[in-house]
Amino acid sequence: MEDFPWLSLLIALPLVGAVVVGLLPGAKEALVKQTALGVSLLVGVLTVVMALGFDPDGARFQFTEKYWWIKQFGVHWAVGVDGVALVLVLLSVILVPLVILASWTADGRSGGVDVPAKRSVKTYFALLLALEAMMIGVFAATDVFVFYVFFEAMLIPVYFLIGSYGGAQRSYAAVKFLLYSLFGGLLMLVAVLWLVKLSNEHLGHGTFLFEELRTIKDVDPTTAKWLFLGFFIAFAIKAPMVPVHTWLPDAAAQAPAGALVLIVGVLDKVGTYGMLRFCLELFPGASAWAAPVVIAFAVLSIVYGAVLAIGQVDLKRLVAYTSVSHFGFIVLGIFAMTSAAQSGAALYMVNHGFSTGALFLIVGFLIVRRRSAKISDFGGVQKVAPVLAGTFLVAGLSGLSLPGLAPFVSEFMVLTGTFSRYEVAAIVATSGIVLAAVYILWTYQRTMGGPAVEKVQGMADLTAREKWAVAPIIAIIVVMGFFPQPVLNVINPSVKVTLERVGHPQDPAPKIGTVAENGARP
Amino acid sequence: MSPHLNAVAQGAEIPAPHIEYGQLGPMLLVFGVAIAGVLVEAFVGRSWRYAVQVPLTFLGLFGGFVWTVVLAVTEEPFHVAAMGALGVDGPTLFLQGAILILALVSLLLIAERQQAHFTAQASALPGSEAEQETMAAGITQTEIFPLLMFAVGGMLMFPAANDLLTMFVALEVLSLPLYLLCGLARRRRLLSQEAAVKYFLLGAFSSAFFLYGAALLYGYAGSVRLSVIAAQIERDTGSETLLLAGVALLSVGLLFKIGAVPFHMWKPDVYQGAPTPITALMASCTMVSAFGALLRVYYVGLEKLAWEWRPAMWGVAILTMVAGAVIAITQTDIKRMLAYSSIAHAGFLLTAVVAIPDAAAASAKGLAGALFYLAAYGFTTIGAFAVITMVRDAGGEAGHLSRWAGLGKRSPVVAGIFAFFLLAFAGIPLTSGFTGKFAVFQAAVDAGATPLVVVGVLASAIAAFFYVRVIVVMFFSEPEADGPTVVAAPATAAAVALGLTATVVLGVLPQPMLDLAGHAASQLFVR
Repeated sequence: MEDFPWLSLLIALPLVGAVVVGLLPGAKEALVKQTALGVSLLVGVLTVVMALGFDPDGARFQFTEKYWWIKQFGVHWAVGVDGVALVLVLLSVILVPLVILASWTADGRSGGVDVPAKRSVKTYFALLLALEAMMIGVFAATDVFVFYVFFEAMLIPVYFLIGSYGGAQRSYAAVKFLLYSLFGGLLMLVAVLWLVKLSNEHLGHGTFLFEELRTIKDVDPTTAKWLFLGFFIAFAIKAPMVPVHTWLPDAAAQAPAGALVLIVGVLDKVGTYGMLRFCLELFPGASAWAAPVVIAFAVLSIVYGAVLAIGQVDLKRLVAYTSVSHFGFIVLGIFAMTSAAQSGAALYMVNHGFSTGALFLIVGFLIVRRRSAKISDFGGVQKVAPVLAGTFLVAGLSGLSLPGLAPFVSEFMVLTGTFSRYEVAAIVATSGIVLAAVYILWTYQRTMGGPAVEKVQGMADLTAREKWAVAPIIAIIVVMGFFPQPVLNVINPSVKVTLERVGHPQDPAPKIGTVAENGARP
Repeated sequence: MSPHLNAVAQGAEIPAPHIEYGQLGPMLLVFGVAIAGVLVEAFVGRSWRYAVQVPLTFLGLFGGFVWTVVLAVTEEPFHVAAMGALGVDGPTLFLQGAILILALVSLLLIAERQQAHFTAQASALPGSEAEQETMAAGITQTEIFPLLMFAVGGMLMFPAANDLLTMFVALEVLSLPLYLLCGLARRRRLLSQEAAVKYFLLGAFSSAFFLYGAALLYGYAGSVRLSVIAAQIERDTGSETLLLAGVALLSVGLLFKIGAVPFHMWKPDVYQGAPTPITALMASCTMVSAFGALLRVYYVGLEKLAWEWRPAMWGVAILTMVAGAVIAITQTDIKRMLAYSSIAHAGFLLTAVVAIPDAAAASAKGLAGALFYLAAYGFTTIGAFAVITMVRDAGGEAGHLSRWAGLGKRSPVVAGIFAFFLLAFAGIPLTSGFTGKFAVFQAAVDAGATPLVVVGVLASAIAAFFYVRVIVVMFFSEPEADGPTVVAAPATAAAVALGLTATVVLGVLPQPMLDLAGHAASQLFVR
């Protein structure tokens, strides 16, 4: 089974599924949904089977494949996963079937997340599957060109998901999303073009293979800084960081909640993943040079995102701004360059995917029931739909990093890891947790607490299908809150390699190695 | 040349030029079929002409293509033919093959009968009694086929021409039939005629520039042969004023044909007014041909002068990319928008010209990139124009962007295909547009023109905006009640399918085509 092309299969399968779903007769909606769910479940099962074969102590990249793709350009079809990529692929394949399940119906009685009526149902599910293929591809790519291809191609299904299935302002939001991302991507293209020139000069042959590019030493510092910026701006837009975050709230307000789970939960992780993988390892010197500024912006994102979240009147915009804040934590952890912070950041990517995913799904359920996303239109939901309110509370509490829930571990690791190198940044960032308590609890109080307002009365509680869509995520959040160690074991070796590459193999005193274990202790 | 003239003056017998018929086969075949087409017009009865012309044209183009392939396969082509007037070499054969195959796809549109694109009689108004009479009389404008063949013949000759006079003749042979073809649209006749006149006047103007430039270069080098001019430049003798003025004027003529800013004014009007199949032909074949000629002049004749013209070329490339992309944003007519998009693409292609450095290896890379880009762009653009001919309302093609609203609901397949073409124009990965852009930009970065690539990338971002806007209109807005209908005539559908296939294949598996372009470019142009 060593040479089995797992990753190529995992990328091809949803793509084929997307084509099949697209070719099904549009009238047979049930068949369309069953096919989409079946394909995504199969992909999920296969990924889990593959992941069980992953050896954390083995080679860094496993399940690798490498063939020539475009020889003139020096491009290989090269895929493989290390620990960080593996957990992100797992995150993607777990969320997709749940999103499909949650998008099954969209009306007040049978629940579901908001997908506008009168739109092609099969296209929606085909786009979700196509997106799944590209999400797996982007994390699995070990050739920078292949990464870039998926990075850009991914925009297209998302663009159509927002633009065709979103709210009233959907086309504005979709175009804004696309142009922001495309702009960043094109800057990255220049850097990618330059990389091959660099490899020509330093390695004697043009290549985009990550494993070869990272061995290039003594790049001219000025060049490295420019290249770093080319990659970093693209990733910062994707992540999104203040001040290039403005596309996210608009996209979030308009996009259907199901697609939003994938956009914020997985897609934006490509930004932080790219920083960790490409910025740090390809340009270690430039990363060290930029770290203080990046950390300043990360802290700004944490505080600014949280403050703006408090002021939102729209549920989806609120969750979007909380994500801006959380992405600040992830970036902070990556650029603090200590093992605890970086492992924490990698773990945070996964945790945030689940926690925000759950939040968006439940918000989607709420919006479909009430036909409004305004916080002021809700009140007393807890009285009429206790399960809905309860899941919202759990997801929300995970968002504010309550101990015992998954995000706490990662946030704690990031903060302690950062503190050993950048005390002030860590202290200011901690205020993000306090603000998180405000925006989550206040929102819960306004929407779920108090007497049930008129329009909320008679609101149906979660249906069985909706429970099935949310329960696995809640379970994962709880389990990973108590037992993060298995995931950390997978992540840590990759992070160690990254830190060695950036020249920080040792953490500064005080030693943080024990913190990871503290976080792990139930 | 002068000994010949002396011989004529002395009344002596003129020596017959030596012609390599085998190597010039494709060109001769196309011209031969063109003349045969004229004879068909003269001698075959009206009702039969269409049935004769279409297969004849097809065979001419297809035969020419096969001949080109045979020439490329059987030997390493690197000859000068016809007493040095024409070059038969890798890049030329690649360009000629591309022109012929693209002309074949365009022929599918031109020969479409289910939707007549061409007026039956140039003087008859659409829908008028006069037109109905001409239709009833069975008059069809079958002259378009010989005209097409003459134009294609000129296009084949243009990039092959190794001296400036031959190049000028080719330029005229390719342009004159096109001027005429532009004026033959069945609908919106005034617009069509205006386009023809505008194209003719500006084209004649630019031809004059070209000729004047050629004359000045003759004054500089004592020959119109590109290799002699190159040798003269290397010796660095002669009047620099003549040289620089000649190069400048010559460049105006060439840049006009590819529609580079500031010589682009004709493109939107002509692309909009011409019958759409002819627009498709111009946007693909003429672009390939004119760009091929530009490459030959700069690679063969003026390579050693790169220090002088490169800054100007930088300026033109930047202007073309940015102006094309920015002005396209304000367009509301879909054909005009694609015209500006074609201007922007000419700018992207010019970055490959800037990549002509002194080192031959890097030079070949730029050339290979440009060749690939031209072929890829040609297929996509024909496909896009073919889709435009399919979307029709009562008055013919629904040209205004607002009429396309909600097309994605009405005909998801056609709208989806058009969206894919637009994404290819925008250079999204997994389309041929991305591969092409990557190839030329990579060559430019290797040649040290990174700032130019940055501008190119920014222009791509701007261009993406208007491509995306069309997608927004098609998919994200509600259809109008009396919106246009999609008419999928068989030949047009075949052209769309071919364009789509090429765009996908060259995007996902570009290796064979890149190999071909790389191999063709590896030996550069013959001198």
